Amino acid sequence: MLNIQYFASIREALNRSEEELELPRDVKSVQALIDYLVSGNPHFEAVFIESGDSKDGKVLVAVNQTIVDRRHLLSQNDEVAFFPPVTGG
Amino acid sequence: MISIQNEDFSLGDEYAAIRTRAGDVGAIVTFTGLVREIYGDDSTAGAVQSLTIEHYPGMTEKCLKDIQLKAEDRWPLLATRIIHRVGELCNHDQIVLVATASAHRNAAFESAEFIMDYLKSEAPFWKKQKSESESSWIESRYTDKAALDRWQKS
Repeated sequence: MLNIQYFASIREALNRSEEELELPRDVKSVQALIDYLVSGNPHFEAVFIESGDSKDGKVLVAVNQTIVDRRHLLSQNDEVAFFPPVTGG
Repeated sequence: MISIQNEDFSLGDEYAAIRTRAGDVGAIVTFTGLVREIYGDDSTAGAVQSLTIEHYPGMTEKCLKDIQLKAEDRWPLLATRIIHRVGELCNHDQIVLVATASAHRNAAFESAEFIMDYLKSEAPFWKKQKSESESSWIESRYTDKAALDRWQKS
């Protein structure tokens, strides 16, 4: 099972903080996972599609708690997190 | 040493602790970040009443540890201390503490700045501000990324 977590403005926009997902066989990369989540879900579409692929995208992705780009390949049991650019300090 | 906590911290206590821990130390730099009344350019939102800081438990600690190790690789540090508060904070509250100890001042100054620059652009914390009229997430600033670039040149 994939564990997916959402933080900050993205958590609020999607109205969920966490979910478990059986990794579909044809979903290999982070980008494919995003496409899968977005398909038919306008809330996800609003969050992910708007951000495009600009360098300072609005959605960052971490896999197993390390920031990765969208070509990163996923494995079953990965912890995936989606969040906006950070604003600590 | 790294702490993510809701409680406030005492700069005096932390200074005394790192001074003891560092042993034969010649320079200690401490940086404290505080909650401001207005964030960003949007002064129309009114003065901030409170700030809520959310983080990604697990990744936050891992990320700060990585930053600390990077700093220790780069400068001869005797001790470092990072505290970041989370949860609800008020105006003028302390948010973050970075302390670095070294034999000489340059290493202490530079490493403290390095840790703060990386913390601000990589550590998974998010600030939400609440004013009388509304609450909104604070947007990340390009200048923080620019601050990071200067450490990657040399």
